[in-house]
Amino acid sequence: MDLNFTPEHDAFRAEAREWLAANVPAEPLKTYDTEEGFQQHREWEAKMNEGRWGMVTWPTELGGRDADLIQWLIFEEEYFRAKAPSRVNQNGIFLLGPTLMEYGTEEQKAEILPKMADGTEVWAQGWSEPNAGSDMAAVRAKAELTEDGEYYIINGQKTWSTRAVWADQCFGMFRTDPESKRHKGLTFILVPLDLEGITVNPIPQLDGLPGFAEIFFDNVKVPVNRRLGDEGQGWEVAMATAGFERGLMLRSPARFQETAKRLVELYKENQATADEDPAIRDAVIKAYMSAESYCITTFETACRLIKGGKIGAESSTNKIFWSELDQDMHATAMDILAARAELEPFAPQAKGVGTWLDGFLFAQSGPIYAGTNEIQRNIIAERMLGMPRK
Amino acid sequence: MDFTFNEDQLMFQEGVRDFLMNEVSPEKIRELWETETGRCDELWGKLTEMGLTGLTVPEEFGGMGMDELDFVLLAQECGYVALPEPLVQTVLVAVPTLVNSSNDDLKSTWLPKVAEGSARIAVGLEQNLLVEDAHVADLIIMEKAGALYAVEKGEAELEYNESVDLSRKLYKVTFNEANATLLAEGDEAKALIAGALNRGALGCAAQALGLTQRMIDLSVQYTSEREQFGVAIGTFQAVKHRMANVAVPLEYSKATVAFAAYAIANNLASVDENVSHAKSIACAASLIGAKNSIQVHGAMGYTWEVNLHIYMKKAWALDKTWGNQAFHKGRIADAIFADNANIGAGKTFLA
Ligand SMILES: Cc1cc2nc3c(=O)[nH]c(=O)nc-3n(C[C@H](O)[C@H](O)[C@H](O)COP(=O)(O)OP(=O)(O)OC[C@H]3O[C@@H](n4cnc5c(N)ncnc54)[C@H](O)[C@@H]3O)c2cc1C
Repeated sequence: MDLNFTPEHDAFRAEAREWLAANVPAEPLKTYDTEEGFQQHREWEAKMNEGRWGMVTWPTELGGRDADLIQWLIFEEEYFRAKAPSRVNQNGIFLLGPTLMEYGTEEQKAEILPKMADGTEVWAQGWSEPNAGSDMAAVRAKAELTEDGEYYIINGQKTWSTRAVWADQCFGMFRTDPESKRHKGLTFILVPLDLEGITVNPIPQLDGLPGFAEIFFDNVKVPVNRRLGDEGQGWEVAMATAGFERGLMLRSPARFQETAKRLVELYKENQATADEDPAIRDAVIKAYMSAESYCITTFETACRLIKGGKIGAESSTNKIFWSELDQDMHATAMDILAARAELEPFAPQAKGVGTWLDGFLFAQSGPIYAGTNEIQRNIIAERMLGMPRK
Repeated sequence: MDFTFNEDQLMFQEGVRDFLMNEVSPEKIRELWETETGRCDELWGKLTEMGLTGLTVPEEFGGMGMDELDFVLLAQECGYVALPEPLVQTVLVAVPTLVNSSNDDLKSTWLPKVAEGSARIAVGLEQNLLVEDAHVADLIIMEKAGALYAVEKGEAELEYNESVDLSRKLYKVTFNEANATLLAEGDEAKALIAGALNRGALGCAAQALGLTQRMIDLSVQYTSEREQFGVAIGTFQAVKHRMANVAVPLEYSKATVAFAAYAIANNLASVDENVSHAKSIACAASLIGAKNSIQVHGAMGYTWEVNLHIYMKKAWALDKTWGNQAFHKGRIADAIFADNANIGAGKTFLA
């Protein structure tokens, strides 16, 4: 065991830090749940790509830096320290990109990846349907191959699709075999959102902004070369997309360490009132420890994977750990802010509330999206601990 | 950056696990509860043969010259079987305290004996109310008024205090400085005491990992076999989720405990924080483990007969000793609420 960074790691960190210091916008961008903010974030992705920092884990020939997991963690540390914008391109970089590299044809890769990398095309995910939430295998939206085998005709509905309001493309699973049940007969298809027959209805989220959307497909004609993997292989491709390394990449430790740091600062600024409830101090200490545990454990996992180790329990414990940590940290911030907690930041009396309220609202969704925490607990009990299914 | 244990360390762990599973069964533990000392010389002899008692004794004194990182996985295994013998204390606390002192006489007298299994050393810190295993110790290292003394067998008065965990043998130790050897004073004593406390806390944290795993394993087995309403109770989601709620904090404690061992072995400046972090969360996980495990056992879990309590009781005890939650969270608070605290992303491994 050697927990020192190598000189190459240090150089990588220094280079990232320098670039971010010179390029991160001084004024925070508007949220990408607004049209203007979405555009700003798209431009930021283009800028990142110019500096070759957009897709650090991608191969060099695709504009990346071939970063391994440790370098990726270092990059994320610098990224969050620099308070750089959220990634509107998250689905592309970490989910579809790597899946395309694994399952895509050369043509698909050549056509899709460069536009993904520079933010020209932002991707939304289309898994959930009104009757297929936790039970993803209940997907009903169907795709039928035309007689000539050139197109899929898609009909049905997807919902809760994050960023779909202004996104350009959507990837998801559709039922290609009408006779099939559950995990079989599903196919992974990449759908441009400007095709005829598509209607995108924005859905306002808890903060009132249209952060996700429902998507209706009415005889939408998609060329067959937009299929990723084989027909009927959709579940397998989807599982690869949701695979652990990508799950790990959904939420890097740096994000929570920076939140924990802000929480410590908030507590110190308000200590006189916060200490009236001794539970607050304890919650701050616990938040700090959990954020550190998340970091320490993630580095350990990354090292094990780099050495060829197998993914273990982490795939399900990870999601529960970070989402509950995030909820707890924001709940603690609300406790510290007390009567100011409910105030929108622009309210005249909302001094020092920062962005905690926004973060608190969003933290409520963590235990729901990306596989609810109840589903994760089922997986832990059955697959990791070996408890009986039936 | 290589956050993995090496082949040797993993193989050693496996060997020790197999050995302990064979030798330290729940039946054996119950048998030892009935004996006068509660300790087994034969078992200690076997641990010595495997090189375990002298694991951290330098090679020049006949030991294996290994460090905290080599031992931490073994301490976890000791927890898994709830080993009654004071191996963790010997290897992690007693030996390093002597080794790190400047008293060459005491070192050359006692370290070879520990390595060959002919002597045991206990350590009494003021942080702890009582001294573990003073009754079988040939030498007790005692903290008193900022100094450390080496007290030989017979020179101290021992008062037995029964613990809920019958495997823990706790003593109030009284001695007269005139009949003891001064081991260290002043800054040296301070450093040795701080180091002993950190090592003792690491020992608890590592054992807590093993204890928690054992409680999970016992519960999974029990709930897979016990049927109610015509099905195994382990099929009920409420039961499953209780166990998942133990697995999550356990998984997120393991690397933190390893990091604490690394911090001690490498003298990291952040060592106090790293150890307190590990002790606090690993013991907290074991408390959830105890609470949820007894619940899924139903009334069976509340009996003397079922083995669960062997592990539960040790978990309860270890959480409160070598610094309780208040102490360890207090040290974290000192680190993060200080004016010049340096926290946030990218700081963890740069101490
Ligand atoms: C902010 C946000 C962003 C999202 N983005 C996307 C996106 O981009 N693309 C996309 O496709 N989807 C997205 N989703 C949808 C998300 O994947 C689903 O909400 C999630 O899978 C749960 O499905 P559901 O909402 O239908 O809840 P349900 O499945 O109806 O679950 C409701 C409750 O019942 C519990 N429950 C259900 N089944 C079980 C079971 N077997 N055992 C125990 N408890 C159970 C759940 O845990 C939950 O607490 C997003 C959701 C949110 C909140």
